[in-house]
Amino acid sequence: MQEALRFLLPDAEPVERTDFLEQARLARRGPEVSRGLPLTIRGLRKSFGENEVLRGIDLHIPAGQFVAIVGRSGCGKSTLLRLIAGLETSDAGTISFGEQARPEDVRVMFQEPRLLPWARVLSNVEVGLGRDRASSNAQIRAEKALTEVGLDDKRGQWPAVLSGGQKQRVALARALVSDPRVLAFDEPLGALDALTRISMQRLLERVWHDQAFTAILVTHDVSEAVALADRVLVIEDGRIAHDVAVDIPRPRRRGSADLAALEGSILRELLLSADETSDL
Amino acid sequence: MSLIESLPRVRSLRLPRADGLIQWIVPLIIVVVWQVACVSGFVPARVLPAPSDVALAGWKLLLSGELARNIWVSFWRASVGFVIGGGIGFAFGLMNGLSQISSKLTDTTLQMVRNIPHLALIPLVILWFGIDESAKLFLVALGVFFPIYLNTLHGIRTVDPQLIEMGRIYGMTDGELFRRVIFPGALPSIFVGVRFALGIMWLTLIVAETIAASSGLGYMAMQAREFMLIDVVVLSILIYALLGKLADSASRVLERLTLSWHPAFQKH
Repeated sequence: MQEALRFLLPDAEPVERTDFLEQARLARRGPEVSRGLPLTIRGLRKSFGENEVLRGIDLHIPAGQFVAIVGRSGCGKSTLLRLIAGLETSDAGTISFGEQARPEDVRVMFQEPRLLPWARVLSNVEVGLGRDRASSNAQIRAEKALTEVGLDDKRGQWPAVLSGGQKQRVALARALVSDPRVLAFDEPLGALDALTRISMQRLLERVWHDQAFTAILVTHDVSEAVALADRVLVIEDGRIAHDVAVDIPRPRRRGSADLAALEGSILRELLLSADETSDL
Repeated sequence: MSLIESLPRVRSLRLPRADGLIQWIVPLIIVVVWQVACVSGFVPARVLPAPSDVALAGWKLLLSGELARNIWVSFWRASVGFVIGGGIGFAFGLMNGLSQISSKLTDTTLQMVRNIPHLALIPLVILWFGIDESAKLFLVALGVFFPIYLNTLHGIRTVDPQLIEMGRIYGMTDGELFRRVIFPGALPSIFVGVRFALGIMWLTLIVAETIAASSGLGYMAMQAREFMLIDVVVLSILIYALLGKLADSASRVLERLTLSWHPAFQKH
C-alpha cells in the first residue's frame, strides 16, 4: 500500500509537443467505436484444495471498458484474471464474452515478460500471432506492433540485452500483435522502477485508446488503478466488495486532486478491511 | 560428424588473436623444459624420450602411413560410438523428460545401469563380441549414453514452466512448443552432457583399444611397448591429448554457434 502513495507526488515531467497531440487524440475517442468484447461473469467460484479463493463473482464489463481489479495479496484477484484468460478452470459459474471469442481475441500480459531468450525480439513478437504465425504478413504485423510500443529499432536484439521496461514493452507488443479484443494484465508493471512504470502506464493507456480493446488490469497499486481505469473493482475475501466508477475525464493528470481523493477513499476501504480481518 | 564439420568456422568467430594464442603458452613451456631436461641428460631417454625424438618417431610413422591409419580407425570408433550412444541417450532423455509414463517405466532401470562402471563390462564384452569393432563401439556408446541422457533429461525438466505456459497461451502446438520452447531451453544443459560425454568417449576408447584391439591408437601404443619403442608410446599419449582438446574445442564452437542468445556468450 505504501508503494501506491509514492505516486501522489505531482508529475514533474515537462509537457512535450507530442503530448498535446496525444491528449487531443485521447479526448477525441468515444466509447462507441470500441471493438472490444463485453464480458459477463456469473456465480464464479474457484478453490485450491481447502482454500476457497473465489466465492461467487458476478460481474459485467461492457465492451471497451478499462477495469482495474485491486485488493490485498491473496484476495483472489490474480485467480480471477487467470480464469478470464482461460488459464484455470472454474469450479462453478460461467464466463462469457459477448460472442464466440477466438483464442487470439483474448491475450494476457504477466508481471514477468516471459520472452523466449533464444528468439530475437521480432520473433518473440511473432509468437503472439498464434495460428497466423505462418502467414505471409506475419513479419509486417510484428514490426507494426513493435513500432506501436516504440521498439522498432530493437527488432534484431536478443531479449537478454534489453532493460526490464523494454522487455515488458516487447511482451506488450506480443500481446497486441494479434489485435486482441480483450487484454488481461496481471500486475504488468509490478517489477518495474517508478519512472519506467509511469511511462508504461501512459503506453498502456495509449494503446488501449488506439486499439479499443476491453482491458482488465490486476494491480496492487491503487494510484495506477485510478489513473488508468474507467472502473475499479475492490476484491475482498473472494468477492467483489466495491465497484467504483472513475468518472474523471481523460487525459488524466497524475497527482491531480480528484484522482488523489478517489485513490485515498479506495485505500481507506482496503486498509479498513485489512484492520478488521487482521489476526495480529 | 557435425562436430568436426563446424570446425573451419572457428576463424569466423571474432576471437582476438592473442586470446587464441595465450592458452598455448603453458604447453609450449612444458615442451621446452622437457626438451632441455632430456638433452642435458637430466632425464634418461629410457624413461622419457625428448620431444624431438617423439616428433621424429611421429614423422616416421606418418611417412609409413601407419599413424594416419591408426588415428583414423580410433577417430572412426570414437565418433560412431558417440553418435550411437549419444543418440540413444538423447532419445531417452527426451522421452523421459516429456512423458511421465516413459520416465516411470525406464528411469529407475537406467539409474541402476548407470552405477555399473562401464569399463567393468570389458571382460563380458570381449566374451560377447570378441575383439571385434562392435566391442569398442558398444563400450564407447555405453559410456557416452549416460552423461547425454542425464543432462538432456535435466535440461528438459528445468525449462521455465512460465515460458511453457506462455507458449500454450499463444496457441503453440505440442510440436511447436518443443521446437521453440523446450528444446532451445534444454540446449545449454545438453551441451554440458556432450562435453562430459566427449571425455568419457576418449577414455573408454583408449582403455578398450589397449586391452582388446588389432588397430587404433591404443593398439599402436601397446605394440610399441612390446618392442620397447618408448617414443611411440609417448607419441600416442600426446595424440590422445590433442584429440581430446580438439573434440572439446569443437563442442565449444558448436555451443557458441547455437547458444549465441545466451548472456554468457554475448560480447559487450
